[in-house]
Order: sequence, then structure tokens, then C-alpha cells
Amino acid sequence: MNAVLKQRNLLGIRGMSAEEITHVLDTAETFREVSAREIKKVPTLRGRTVINLFFEPSTRTRTSFEIAGKRLSADVINISSSTSSVAKGETLLDTARNLEAMAPDLIVIRHPSAGAPHQLARVCRAGVVNAGDGAHEHPTQALLDALTIRQRKGGFAGLRVAILGDILHSRVARSNAHLLTTLGASVALAGPGTLAPPEFAALTGGGNLSVARRVEEAVEGADVVMVLRIQRERQDKAFLPSLREYAVHYGLNLKRLSLARPDAIVMHPGPMNRGIEIASDVADGSRSLILDQVANGLAVRMAVLYLLGGGAGVNVASPNPSAHARAETGPQPEVADEPRRAVVTAGAGAPSEPTDS
Amino acid sequence: MRLLIANGYVIDPTQGVNGGRDILIEDGRVAALLRSGGATPEGAEVFDATGLIVAPGFIDLHTHLREPGQEYKETIASGAAAAVAGGFTSVCAMPNTDPVNDNPAVTSFIVEQAQAAGLANVFPVGAITKGSKGEELAEMGEMRRAGIVAVTDDGRPVPSPGLMRRALEYARGFDLTVMDHCDDPTLAAGGVMHEGEWSLRLGLRGRPALAEESDAARDCALAELTGARVHLAHVSTRGAVEAVRRAKARGAEVTCEVTPHHFTLTDAACEEFDTNTKMNPPLRSPGHLEAILEAIADGTVDAIATDHAPHHRDEKELEFDHAAFGITGLETAVGLALDRLVHGGRITLERLVELFSTNPARIFRLEGRGTLRTGSHGDVTVLDPELRWTFDASRSKSRSRNTPFHGWTFQGAAVATIVAGRVVYGREEALTAKG
Repeated sequence: MNAVLKQRNLLGIRGMSAEEITHVLDTAETFREVSAREIKKVPTLRGRTVINLFFEPSTRTRTSFEIAGKRLSADVINISSSTSSVAKGETLLDTARNLEAMAPDLIVIRHPSAGAPHQLARVCRAGVVNAGDGAHEHPTQALLDALTIRQRKGGFAGLRVAILGDILHSRVARSNAHLLTTLGASVALAGPGTLAPPEFAALTGGGNLSVARRVEEAVEGADVVMVLRIQRERQDKAFLPSLREYAVHYGLNLKRLSLARPDAIVMHPGPMNRGIEIASDVADGSRSLILDQVANGLAVRMAVLYLLGGGAGVNVASPNPSAHARAETGPQPEVADEPRRAVVTAGAGAPSEPTDS
Repeated sequence: MRLLIANGYVIDPTQGVNGGRDILIEDGRVAALLRSGGATPEGAEVFDATGLIVAPGFIDLHTHLREPGQEYKETIASGAAAAVAGGFTSVCAMPNTDPVNDNPAVTSFIVEQAQAAGLANVFPVGAITKGSKGEELAEMGEMRRAGIVAVTDDGRPVPSPGLMRRALEYARGFDLTVMDHCDDPTLAAGGVMHEGEWSLRLGLRGRPALAEESDAARDCALAELTGARVHLAHVSTRGAVEAVRRAKARGAEVTCEVTPHHFTLTDAACEEFDTNTKMNPPLRSPGHLEAILEAIADGTVDAIATDHAPHHRDEKELEFDHAAFGITGLETAVGLALDRLVHGGRITLERLVELFSTNPARIFRLEGRGTLRTGSHGDVTVLDPELRWTFDASRSKSRSRNTPFHGWTFQGAAVATIVAGRVVYGREEALTAKG
């Protein structure tokens, strides 16, 4: 258990304090360096079992959690189930109880139903990490988005963030709205009238969240423009007439992007529908940080697994965690024969046993 | 067989009685209301109601007994046992059984099972349409002969205004009240909780208040057009009670009921994704709850009905999206009403009796019920408005445990239930306390 993350689960951003969020981001920053080494491994979670329980297809997030766990030396198991339903197969809670009987340390769950991680957490002793529950929350996404913003922009106070797209069905929008407003940014949401209801402004109970009538209004003067995926099903259920209409009237193209600040950054949780919610020249352009997001995702997930997984007491490397520095890419400096070892404090509760690699 | 209910405080709005009286019940019927303290009639068993309120037996207009077809969640017998444990002498059984009660054979079966159980009276309510599919009218006349007291497609709305009109016109011919579950399916759009601030926050699909309000307005207008009697089930929205208020002012024969959970809980209760907060209509936002409380106080609401909806654990211990809608309610209704409405200063005890007894009998035209006039049925509910008790769901008489009220403490309870002059339920704590 660690001193700063109060619970043993990460179920959502709502309810987390600014201190807790910042602690996760700082911890993640220290883990970025591990992925830059030749031997991308630290013994931190050695002997711990992490189960990735994914009820929704996902290559990106699941791979990210899998690699995160393995780089921390945990034993990682991936379970992909078809969607739980009443009519067929095992119930969610039966699956949970069965896994619990094998004493995992952490369960990472992605599920199409909001509240599934909460129900799991009531039944399991293992720590539960929400990797996306229906339209409710996707906390690690918001954390990696925040890390990405912080690297480029330095901080959040007074920052203007636009989130565009299918807000109604978006767990990414909800988690980001909570996180960014908690850290002092102001967030403007925008999308088609059927998918961006004005009532959303009351989501966080605070004042820094608004719903703009038009995408252009939200983008104007923004420091960060976040684009959400639009799903084809929305057309079938009368939310949209066609994806073509969406692309023309709501998609982020260079013209709309030009309304933002000249140094604005563009983000997308992925996977992208090129040419629909985001134009290729924007996605591939110089202001796009989409691939940085992915790299940061790995670091954030390592941090989360570490902070919840109890960390086997090994102190994790980063000689000089400069939280505000931009990621370094490019050729790595010379590596010694054995992995480097250095010290970082991760919170009052971190034990300090001697380690071997 | 004679029973004297002695030394109690009798409240019977049908006779304007509000004071100390003894009640003599003979062969299942009220023989006389006597002055307290008189001699005990010969051969009469005495039920000492000192310090207690004695009312005409409470009637639940809206109970799901699940038999035939879903006995794993409740049977007529277990439901009747839960009813009397909650102070109800009569319940009206909803037709969404399996098979649906849309024909006299199922109606008769329910009547027989109820008689065999020998606890609360069970009055079957027949379906409006065959299979409650909302297409063809069900055989109301045949079902009336077999014993239904009203018709409803509850569980489902009647989506077509034109069909609802025909149903009202036809039911009028059999002097049947038509109860409607107001819920436009195209507006409700598969939602699992109230559409509002909380559904947005939790990422759950919402059912807007308008889904109920638009059907309610339609039904009130149809009641005026056809002159038929319309009763709106489980109203939960400001718009629905406003529609009823307006319709009554215009002289339409419209009545409505509310459930205890809709005058107690709001949509904030869904925060932890507890599926015992999932029901239809859903728990609404505070503005709607306040409108319901006002309507209860000002007479717009006619009755409190439980919408007792037992579900097996396997049907509730699922994701919020997939869990069945509904909670039980027979054993907590009176406690919630006494605690929240009477002790909460919203209504008097007399009004409570109107809501649970006088009005329900009138709404479904239940002859000789809801009253303690001489010759009426000897159904009596005895209340202790001061008794503090805690609801333990594990000891419920229902087969099901799906309730959000487990562990809640109430001030006020039904302490004895008398059906046709027989004491079919007596609360241990109350009876032993009185020594």
C-alpha cells in the first residue's frame, strides 16, 4: 500500500485529488526511462500476478498493460472473454470469484458495462484497475493524456482544452473532464447536438467545464485539442445521419485546427478513423502527439501497477526525474553490463529492501 | 367466529371516524363499531390494540406475484405472506406472469392459489392486450367473470394511442379501471436509470422523465375523451403529477399511485452501481421527488402502491446494464410511509389511511374493502406509528431479497394484519413488548 493513492483500486478519476493525480504522473515520468533501456525490465513487481481481464476487444490498451506488467517483472495473464450476458456463459461475478480463488494481486478489467470494475472490486481482494468500463471512465487514458500535456505545456493551470466528438458515449471524455478540471485547466466539450448534451457541463460539479454549441467555438484559442473516435453505430441509432456529414461538419481538419493557438497540440486516444473525426494531415502533422500518448500510456500503466501492486520494494531507476522535460527519443547512451540502479522515492510506504536484478 | 379489536384508535375516513373505538368482527365481516371499554361480546376472541392505530385493511394496487411461471422468484403464497407481514390485507396481482394473465384460465388459477394460501386477499389484474403485446385487446369480459378487478399491461406501456383509446372504451363497458405503465419506448430508448446529471456522470444510458410524462399526458387526455377510468401506475415525475392534477380539475376520472422508493430515494443512490437501485420507472432527480411529495400532500396522488417486483439473486447480481429492473416492497412500504411521510411532517395518519386503504378500494371498485362500515369485510391493519424497527431482508417472507432498504431503521410499522377476522400476522417485537 502506498501513502498517496488512498485506495487499493483505480476505478476512476472522479474522486481523486490533485495530489494523487500528480503523484501518479510523477511516478509515470520515472518509468519512462525504463522503456528506453536495452534491458527493459525492473524487478519491482516480481512474484506478483497481474490478470488482464478484457471483455471488449482491445489490442492497444491490453498490450500496453501487458508490456507494463512484464517490464515490472510481474507474471501477466491475459484473459479475453466475449461480452458477459445473462443468457450465455459465466457471469462477471462468477468469473471474478474464480480468478480470486487463484489469488491474483491485480486485476485490470475492461468491460462494456459501466460499473463492472466497481462490482468486481466488491468481490475481489486483488486491486482492481479500470481499463475502461462502458461509457463511464478510462482513468489510465486520462492520466496518459495528462502526462503528454504536461510534458509539452509544463502545467495545467489556465490551460484551455477542447474535447471533440461523441461526448455522450465517451469514457475518455469523462475521465479527462474530471482530471483536467481538477488540475486547474478549463475544458470545452463539443460535438453534434445528439452527442454533446449541454447538461454535461454539470459533470464535475465545478465551474471549469463547458459545452460549446459548435466545434469551432471549442477549438478557438485552445492549447490542446483532443479528438474522440466516432463509431459507426451512432448512425444506426439516429444519432448521426452519416459519417460523411460528421467528417465535413465536425471533423478536425487543418482549417478548424487553425482556430486554435499556433502552438496548440492535437491528441487522440486511438484508434483513429482517418478522414472522419480527424484528417490525415492533422493526425500526421507536427502538432500531433498521438504517438507520444502511446509511449506515455506504457509509463502510466507501469506507474499504476507499481503504485497499486505494492512494489516489491525495489527502487526504480531514474537519475533525474525531470517531470517537465520532453521525452527523449533517439539513440541510447552506452549501457553498462548490468542494469543501472538508482533511487527514487515513491511515497512514504515504499519499503527499501536490497534488490537483485 | 368473533373477534373484538379492543382499545385501539380507529381511523376510517369513509365514516369520518377518528378516535377510540372497539371493532367487532363476526364471520369475516364487520359487525359493529363499539364505544371503547364496553363489555366483551360473548365468545369473542380479544385483540388488545391499546396504544395502536386500527385502520381498514391496507390494499396494495400493484404487486408482482410471479406465479404462474416464475415461481423461483415468488409464488402467490410467499407473496401473500410478505404482504401480510407488511400490513397488507389485500394485494392486486399484476398480469405479467408466464403465461400472461390475459385469459380466464390464468385468472382462475391465481384466484385458486390465493385461496389455498389463505393469507392476504389476492385480486388479479388482467392484461389490456393479448400477451401484453400492445396489439389486440384481451378478453376483458371473460376475465372479469373469472375475477379480475382491473386491467393493465404493466411491465410494458400501451405504445399506441389509438389502441389505448379502444382499450379505454372497451373496458368502460365492463366497469374496469385501466391502469397504465407510462413509458414511451422510443424516448426511454433502452435506458437503465433516470436521464439526468447522474446518468451522464456514471456513463449509463438514461430514461428521460419525458418518456413517462408524455404517456401520462396522453392517458389523461384519453380519459377525458372516452369518459373511462384511468389509473396511472407508479408515477415518478413532475410532469405526470401535473397532468393528473390538471385532468382532475377538468373532471376526468384519472387517479394515480406512487411507490415508497419514489418518495424516498433519488438517482444519486445509483452512484455505486448497486443494482438494487435499478427499477422502472427509475429513481429520479430531487426536483421530481419534491413534486411527488407535494402531490402526495395535496391529494393529487391517490394511493401508495409498492410495485413489489421480486427477482432472484442471479438476475440482480449482474452488470448494471443487464440486471433485472425492480425491487421488493411489501414489507417496507408502511414503515417508509410512516417514517418519511407522517413523521416527516408531510401528511397526517388519516391521509396515510386514505392512501393505503380508502382510495385503493375506490380506484378498483373493491366492494366492502377500504372501509370499516358495518357489513364490510373484516380486513384490518393495525399500526404502531412509534415503534422503531430495522428491516432485515434476510428474514423477509418473500422468496427474493432485491431491496435497497436492508438495514434501514424506520419509526412506525404495521404490527398486526387481520383478514376476514383472522389475525394472519402479528409482529413479535410489538406483541412481546406489550407483554
